[in-house]
Amino acid sequence: MRPQQGMIPWGPNTTAGGRAGTQGGEGAVELVMVNPTEQAAIPRGGNSLQSQPDGKGHFGGVHGGRFVAETLMPLILELEAAYAKAKADPAFQAELAYYLKDYVGRPSPLWFARRMTEKLGGAKIYLKREELNHTGSHKLNNVMGQILLARRMGRTRIVAETGAGQHGVATATVCALFGLKCVIYMGATDVERQKPNVFRMRLLGAEVVPVTSGAGTLKDAMNDAMRDWVANVADTYMLIGTVAGPHPYPAMVRDFQSVIGEETKAQMQAAEGRLPDVVVAAIGGGSNAMGIFYPFLDDSSVRLIGVEAAGHGLDSGKTAASIERGRPGVLHGNRTYLLQNADGQIEEAHSISAGLDYPGVGPEHSWLHDIGRAEYVGITDGEALEAFTFCTEMEGIIPALESAHAIAHTVKIAPTLPKDALIAVSLSGRGDKDIFTVAEHLGVTL
Amino acid sequence: MSRIAARFKALADQGRGALIPYLEAYDPDRETSLALLKAMPAAGADLIEIGMPFSDPSADGPVIQAAAIRGLKAGATLVGVLDMVSAFREDDATTPVILMGYVNPVESYGYERFCTDAAAAGVDGLILVDLPPEEAEVLEGPAAKAGLDIIRLVAPTTTAERLGYVLSHASGFVYYVSITGITGTRSASAQDLRAALPRLRAVTDLPIAIGFGVRTPEQAAEAATIGDAAVVASALLATLAETLDDQGRASEHTLPRVLSQIEDLAKAVRATARTPA
Ligand SMILES: Cc1ncc(COP(=O)(O)O)c(C=O)c1O
Repeated sequence: MRPQQGMIPWGPNTTAGGRAGTQGGEGAVELVMVNPTEQAAIPRGGNSLQSQPDGKGHFGGVHGGRFVAETLMPLILELEAAYAKAKADPAFQAELAYYLKDYVGRPSPLWFARRMTEKLGGAKIYLKREELNHTGSHKLNNVMGQILLARRMGRTRIVAETGAGQHGVATATVCALFGLKCVIYMGATDVERQKPNVFRMRLLGAEVVPVTSGAGTLKDAMNDAMRDWVANVADTYMLIGTVAGPHPYPAMVRDFQSVIGEETKAQMQAAEGRLPDVVVAAIGGGSNAMGIFYPFLDDSSVRLIGVEAAGHGLDSGKTAASIERGRPGVLHGNRTYLLQNADGQIEEAHSISAGLDYPGVGPEHSWLHDIGRAEYVGITDGEALEAFTFCTEMEGIIPALESAHAIAHTVKIAPTLPKDALIAVSLSGRGDKDIFTVAEHLGVTL
Repeated sequence: MSRIAARFKALADQGRGALIPYLEAYDPDRETSLALLKAMPAAGADLIEIGMPFSDPSADGPVIQAAAIRGLKAGATLVGVLDMVSAFREDDATTPVILMGYVNPVESYGYERFCTDAAAAGVDGLILVDLPPEEAEVLEGPAAKAGLDIIRLVAPTTTAERLGYVLSHASGFVYYVSITGITGTRSASAQDLRAALPRLRAVTDLPIAIGFGVRTPEQAAEAATIGDAAVVASALLATLAETLDDQGRASEHTLPRVLSQIEDLAKAVRATARTPA
């Protein structure tokens, strides 16, 4: 199942992924093929875990890829070429660096959470403050990169999907900044539970389209955004908000988010003179996690932990834990772990956090899971709510419910680690958007 | 000769194009869709496309989405779809049947097993919308072994360089997606089609079906003359949806209305002679 298995020493998970093979039935068994010529085409050294995906956009030869209708195929090939060119162009990188510094507000601080650390009595906890970015989350890192690319490609209309609305707000923001037309697809359920962000997007001049198909959440918004793109290929750029979708999106979004991990690495060096022992991040599609993980992939001493939303519990049937409770399949342009029934129909995810409420996960995470380089765990709605309050009271930082999942797992593991161990947590967003949801759960009427 | 090749050859000899109506399996229930399937050849279907319902049909417009949801609610599975085809084959050995759908349910079923079972049920070809030739290795071997054609989509966005590559992976016939968009939304003009087809004819000898946005008998006749076949889907599914009662169940109007629409389409297609290719 996993060609790299055995070569890679990390983590407790090297055999756990085998579940996928047995559940996947015959289909999964056929996915083993690794084309040796494609493997040889990997740009970085063949031993580097940073060298994925291959030329076809496959991670580990299995996950990722380009599963789109023919109408879109030429467009994603064009995008791939345009991105490769921009990536190698110092002028593009300089332009991006300028906007990241003066508009997004980077670098974001790495904050030593002293009171949290003391309270938990174990490892030292550092929070990577992505919530301090303009628009309040890590989403703008990626959006900034892609909007500059869209402008280079001469596109004038931007479509995007959004769950919590953070990606939608970030997209609407840059469209206002550059005077581009912006259409945001958002599940009707999410429109209801994320009202402040809907209003923000409209203030920013975006058209917000409530999506009523399916359960009206992120997966359905993604379907409708893709349908819009297919119908408006001439002027439209689809700005995907996470490390999912057809190649080159997973790799491109990861590249744009890697600034999180690069800064964390340098800041931890400056603060402690060494690398962190553990890096923790919440996973919806997985972009903040991939961004903070990627620069550490080859640092084998660093444990990488992705926190999925367990919803009501991993085995409750109401969960968003695609890696832990799903099996590989194809959705939204890529092969990855998916929540699906025995017939391959995609199931609705459940999480209190709209940004994690997605039945899939970025394909690079699926690969990191298969080879055991990263660990994936689940945190329930209740645990996330507790961590939300804990972080707010201890550090004076109101975290997004998404980020609260990462904090909740940190709360679990910090006391089990020695006092000189270092944990870096991705605080991916601020919680202002979530106060209504939290108030409701605390029984408070606003 | 495969059923698909035989049918296109027979129609070419008669000097006319083909009508390919579409139905969504289990829409709104198994019995109704099987009855519709069985009655289609007599109403004028030359080939038949059966939609395999999927929870996330991202290339389809609202009409096919709704049909897929109805099918899934009625309990559609791939096993059930293949069973419908077997039942159809009990009385019809010649009308080609093409299954159209998305890749995930097939991957979940297992490519090898699916191709074997589909061929045994009497399926002739497969269209998996989100499986471009770049990713099709998983299907091509098993399909060839089972004797199933893989029908490839070509779109107006398909570049000249790409066309040859895509068509080198095609068999049975080629499906020209006549508009840049999702199913059932807009239609291409006859002029657009006349401009587009020579590009394909230059690269392939396979018959060319035109679909996405073919709704009326006039449009079907045009598509079947400019191309070799007209695929009509959303217009039929919309009619079917109109006949359902307020619980979403089939009524006594369901079969007659959909079948009479197919008859009208077939009449127009058959009345129009084609200049031989
Ligand atoms: C603050 C925050 N964190 C995390 C996520 C999850 O996305 P990803 O897994 O791509 O980082 C979201 C998505 O909306 C978000 O708003």
